[in-house]
Amino acid sequence: MSALVPDVALPAAPQRGRRSSVRTWRWSDRLVLLAAWGAGLTLCAVTAAIVLYMGYRGVQYLRPALLFSRPQVSQGQAGSGGFLDPLLGTALLTVIGIPIAAPLAICCALWIVEYGQGGRVRRSLTRVVESSIEIVAGTPDIVIALFGLAIFQLHVLSFVSFVGEGGGVYGRSFLAAGTMMSLIALPPLFVATRDGLLAVPAHMREAAYALGKTRIATIRRVLLPSVRSNIATGVTLGVSRIIADTAIVIVLLGDELRLAPQGGAPGLGLLRGTGSTLTSYVFDNSPAGEGDAPQKAYAAAFVLMLFVLLLNLAVERIARAHASSGGSVAVTGVV
Amino acid sequence: MRDVHNRYKLYCVNLYREELTLKTIVRTPQMTVERTPGIAHTPRDWQPTPPVPTVQPAPPAPTVQPAPTVQPAPPVQPAPPVRTIVLDRDPEPVRPPEQREAVRRALEGAGPERLRLRDVAVAYGAKVAVRSVSLSIHQGEVLALIGPSGCGKTTLLRTLNRLTELTPSATRSGRILLDGHDIHELEDTALRARVAMVFQQPNPFPMSIFDNVAFALREQSRRRPRRAELEPLVIDALRRAGLYEEVKDDLHRPALRLSGGQQQRLCIARAIAPRPEVLLMDEPCSALDPISTGIIEELIHELRRELAVVIVTHNLAQAHRVADKVAFMYLGDLVEYGPARQVFEEPRAPRTRDYVRGAFG
Repeated sequence: MSALVPDVALPAAPQRGRRSSVRTWRWSDRLVLLAAWGAGLTLCAVTAAIVLYMGYRGVQYLRPALLFSRPQVSQGQAGSGGFLDPLLGTALLTVIGIPIAAPLAICCALWIVEYGQGGRVRRSLTRVVESSIEIVAGTPDIVIALFGLAIFQLHVLSFVSFVGEGGGVYGRSFLAAGTMMSLIALPPLFVATRDGLLAVPAHMREAAYALGKTRIATIRRVLLPSVRSNIATGVTLGVSRIIADTAIVIVLLGDELRLAPQGGAPGLGLLRGTGSTLTSYVFDNSPAGEGDAPQKAYAAAFVLMLFVLLLNLAVERIARAHASSGGSVAVTGVV
Repeated sequence: MRDVHNRYKLYCVNLYREELTLKTIVRTPQMTVERTPGIAHTPRDWQPTPPVPTVQPAPPAPTVQPAPTVQPAPPVQPAPPVRTIVLDRDPEPVRPPEQREAVRRALEGAGPERLRLRDVAVAYGAKVAVRSVSLSIHQGEVLALIGPSGCGKTTLLRTLNRLTELTPSATRSGRILLDGHDIHELEDTALRARVAMVFQQPNPFPMSIFDNVAFALREQSRRRPRRAELEPLVIDALRRAGLYEEVKDDLHRPALRLSGGQQQRLCIARAIAPRPEVLLMDEPCSALDPISTGIIEELIHELRRELAVVIVTHNLAQAHRVADKVAFMYLGDLVEYGPARQVFEEPRAPRTRDYVRGAFG
């Protein structure tokens, strides 16, 4: 044994060979190097500034009582309550938006990858579907919100919200906002699922076909389990898009901070009623809004940011767990 | 300098000529897909009906459940053959006609014939991948398809369970008979349950070991069989694939946690679980280390008792080790087909000789 080991002390760390010195570089190259370092560090600094400042403000103003008390109409800031209702509103919108977006996005991706590659007609249809999803992804959310308002003020859809005193449909409710929110959540979900499906190797499908399985059985038992983590990533991204959205909330959820159910039935009344979310609460309490209570805005913004950061962390965890279990990583941030 | 240039030009022209010749060789008449109209799809609980009499002179009675072990029938002791001696030709034994059939059977293979290919040709669009291949595949023997890359081995293999149909541009002509029935008349799912396949990459599904095998066993039926019904079948399949001893402690482990060789054996277990008649293997060991390869080759040796095995391999040594019959393909043609010993030791075609000697590949 010892005869085989050479009698040389190995260095603790792997040694690197001599590399070219920056001093020999051209000036333009040195400048680019500097710019690259500078850009990276600046971005880090900006992010750190936002996170640290919001964290500082949040810790300064956030009190546990704020999380559990409803907003109150009051002259002084001391009596205006907390943001329990906006928290519930955010959760409610997510709960409405994701169940609409997820099946749509997953079925869309399945159709495009598994069925849309056939003839020429189908392939062109595939392109149309893909580009329309891209357009939805690129549309500003305020435009989506306006469009939603136009739709939900139709008389046919008065059951979504409620009819006002003058006979006009109000068009603003949790259902309306949640439905439009699903459009916001759909593109990242679709892209994550599609990329996951595309990353499943062809021989995996063929293995299922070779066992005498039909295409639909293959999708249900082989492909969907394979892209489970991609779907989870997509859902997480969609949730973070929904809870971060402001425009749709302001246009489609009314301007009340408190949950205002409509009608008798408790569950349905809540869905048809108006309310607020963390984003609209922050907006309302910022110096630009009516409330003008920056302390509360900071506290709510801190909670919101915490949610989004946690969701991003979750996305990364899912992707890493998937990668370590032998799958391919297909993390696509925002479309 | 001028000289060098001229020589290069000549070289290019020669290359071009060679390509032209190749193209003329490759060109074949327009292919058509043979479709048989008016044939109802067979029901799922398909039972073999007596085969078409014109197809085979004397087909062995086909059975859905392959006989557990069909040992090679001991050949009838033939009377000493009469050799007519003709100058300039190899002596050819002439046997009495009643002995010919028995000798042919003994030479051809052990068990009953499972698959028969007659003039099978496959094309992708205008490109012909496989041209006029006729051979038969018997239970109890391993047929190795060898040949350089792109010679159509894998295409031929995938045609046997109609996986080529997944490629929209693929067209097929000729007939493939599974136990005397054209595979085109079977439902694709029914066919693929009888002609199973193992792929180059180990590809277990993202579920537990148990579920991987159980997935293959479950029919597309409304009633899902219960665990207790499936368990003995799953264990039996794992045992036949030589994997059970290694995984018996925890059948509910995710299959992707297994090593590469174990994954491939799981894929084999999955493929043989529904008791298919033919097992197709597309370079099953090319992604594995030598030890796993050895285990799988042993397994192939075992499996051929109850199955007909067709294996595509790039590895001549492997073909040497596992094959009873060898088919050598080149540019879509079946160049040589015969017992492994003959193909490797005294190949008839010069192409085969060059290939098995490693002159090209």
